[in-house]
Amino acid sequence: MSTLTTKATATTVPANKASFGQWFKAKGWRHLVAIAATVFSVFPLLYVLSAALNPTGTMAGASSLFTEFGTGNFEELFANQERPFGRWFVNTLVIGTVTSAATVFLGAMAAYAFSRMRFTGRRVGLLTLLLLQMFPQLLTVVAIFLLLNFIGDIIPALGLGSQLGLIMVYLGGALGVNTYLMYGFFNTVPTSLDESARIDGASHVQVFFKIIMPLVTPILAVVGLLAFIGISSEFVIASVVLTDPDSQTLAVGLYSYVAQQRSENWGVFAAGAVLAAIPVMTLFLFLQRYITSGLTAGGVKG
Amino acid sequence: MVEIEEKPEVSTARPGGRKPSKNGRGPDSLGGILAKIILLGITDAVAAFVLFQLALSAEWLVFGISLLTTLAINWIYLRRGGLPAKYLAPGVIFLMVFQVFVMIFSTYIAFTNYGDGHNSSKEDAIASIQLSASERVPDSPQFPTSVLEKNGSYFLLVTTPEGEAKLGGAEEPLHTVTPSTTGPTGAATGVEGYGTLDFATLLQHQAEITSLSVPISANPEDGSLKTADGSTSYVYTPKLKYDANADTFTDTATGTVYSDDGRGSFVASDGTRLNTGWKVNVGLENFERAFTDPNLQGPLLKVIAWTFGFAILSVATTFALGLFLAITFNKADLKGKKFYRILMILPYAFPAFLSGLVWSGLLNPEFGFINNALLGGAQIPWLTDPVLSKVSVLMVNLWLGYPYMFLVCTGALQSLPEDVDEAARMDGAGAWKIFTAIKLPLLLVSLAPLLIASFAFNFNNFNVIFMLTGGGPRFDGTTFDIGSTDILITMVYKIAFGTGTGRDYGLASALAILIFIIVAAVSALSFKKTKALEDLNQ
Repeated sequence: MSTLTTKATATTVPANKASFGQWFKAKGWRHLVAIAATVFSVFPLLYVLSAALNPTGTMAGASSLFTEFGTGNFEELFANQERPFGRWFVNTLVIGTVTSAATVFLGAMAAYAFSRMRFTGRRVGLLTLLLLQMFPQLLTVVAIFLLLNFIGDIIPALGLGSQLGLIMVYLGGALGVNTYLMYGFFNTVPTSLDESARIDGASHVQVFFKIIMPLVTPILAVVGLLAFIGISSEFVIASVVLTDPDSQTLAVGLYSYVAQQRSENWGVFAAGAVLAAIPVMTLFLFLQRYITSGLTAGGVKG
Repeated sequence: MVEIEEKPEVSTARPGGRKPSKNGRGPDSLGGILAKIILLGITDAVAAFVLFQLALSAEWLVFGISLLTTLAINWIYLRRGGLPAKYLAPGVIFLMVFQVFVMIFSTYIAFTNYGDGHNSSKEDAIASIQLSASERVPDSPQFPTSVLEKNGSYFLLVTTPEGEAKLGGAEEPLHTVTPSTTGPTGAATGVEGYGTLDFATLLQHQAEITSLSVPISANPEDGSLKTADGSTSYVYTPKLKYDANADTFTDTATGTVYSDDGRGSFVASDGTRLNTGWKVNVGLENFERAFTDPNLQGPLLKVIAWTFGFAILSVATTFALGLFLAITFNKADLKGKKFYRILMILPYAFPAFLSGLVWSGLLNPEFGFINNALLGGAQIPWLTDPVLSKVSVLMVNLWLGYPYMFLVCTGALQSLPEDVDEAARMDGAGAWKIFTAIKLPLLLVSLAPLLIASFAFNFNNFNVIFMLTGGGPRFDGTTFDIGSTDILITMVYKIAFGTGTGRDYGLASALAILIFIIVAAVSALSFKKTKALEDLNQ
């Protein structure tokens, strides 16, 4: 059964007169499948929301969803001094925002160069980027750890435990797939635009900031958003670099909540999970259309 | 400044590469120059500080590289022309350090025994052995002691039997000081510039204070002072005596001789090894160990097989479900399509690291919602049975991944040409035939790069595995913390940073190199398949 029958069935099924059997064959089964898929998708999310609101607080507590309500888990979440959820939240926002802003900027500069200038090594440069992005940074986590350990001996502000150090590490991946996405998009902006600006006397900086950047805003938003979502979920490098609970991100912190005693802290963890997920999911759904187009251009969730 | 910037400059075309300028270029606008000076100034100030620190630490190789980089940056931005470099430099610098260099560094580590017990130079190891393996001198005099603190480090202030006050810390051998306060017995209790710890603080930092060892002189053989209670300290001398000429350690009590085994450790003739060693190159030993050590070989082969299995099955299942749903929904007049769509892609919007954790709660064998509530108290070992845990991991990854495939397949389906299936239908092909013979091949061609990228991503899909099962259930017959659902990258992480068995950076890096090689092979394949290369030539 597939879409191919669309035309054939459309003529044979005038909406009202069709029997149930015909309706089911054309559309009904699709609704059944859709409902099943929706339940599969939504059920775990409802479960975590229910666990967050359930004042029992342990995993074993609930035998059905949404039976009891209370804000106890949320209060406990913010009251815990050893595990400062508020700090994690702010840390994640700061690290994510700074990194994704810098990623967009660095990537856009590189894409501008690749798209608008012809120079020796351009082709090799693009090829190298394409190649390097195949090796995700998490593969080199050991080397990154030892490198930051060394840097920390020289400049403590950039070494292990430093958020600035972590941001620098993340910026190592700023070029790569992002530059590629942007490069493709920059190429769609006609060069006649910047040429005419040049003739009017604009400098290359002015062309970049005043002509190109406004025209490529959609791809900047997509790259920035994907970078932000990727970084707010990044666990491996963050867990190795950020050792002090006060400086950790949500991914590292929330993991520590359930790493040892998964069952006891479940309610509080669920509360944290709900709060951590809300901003990302809102952003995602809000900009869904943009993201989808960016994804089909070659990105994979990071 | 803004006005000046807005004013069109009378300058000829910038060398964008295409039009080389003939009459030289006028400077950028004043604002541009200022911004350039300020940014470059900040960069140079930071660089100067870094270079100064490097010189202090006598890291001359890194100093040289940093100096060259700084000069290169200044050259790039101060010279005329060379525009592409100005735009590329910032990103490329980060890329070189945190992407390219760390890959090279990983390769280097893979050929060393870097790890717990082997993490510094031989000199450091010798000094550390001399300090750590010490024992109390039987007839040591008692030194009345106060514990002092300065900038977060602790110091011992002692009064010798001769009545002289001496102060020293872990990095600072004992030296004579003038006490600022003395206690009732005449013992020194405080020194200008240091804070004396009271009893409560002493208790709080007990572990650090009892492990504090203050060298009596610059020569480690003279021994050191240690305190057990913060009020009295005794002389300890090294239990192991280092002979610099023979390059051996001798146990002063038993007479056992430990000599350098050439592999980063001091070893006695009976095979006993001193715990503290140093970093040496071991050639291919890490790779050899991975594939021959019975403790590691079996588990590693299973992990490699499962890494491939996991990646392939993940792509296959998510693609199959995504495609099926895309076909189901590819009907313009389906009611509530948008509503279904939004709800269905929710897992994709949910942060990936949380998904594994949430599902681990759902599937928990004892308390989990699925066993307890949905299955009425069943005891199905979702996460603790070797086979079932693999199924669970795949199912959770299906939950996470199918919305992406659904979105991608929907896009691809809509871009298929209509006339092809019309023609096929004319020729009498049924719906199933048209799908398998025409649509699926067309889809696979256009989606192949994405499927390969998805494979590469799942090959290193750390979050799902680590958050859901932590790699468990553990394999029997190995001391390593490796289990049935571990993939290569989680194994690397656990060997490098796991608790339990010591950290082994060398082995972990060797395994990372193994992943590099596999990923390189896969990307070579994907390069062949994609048209990316052709696009570059435009």
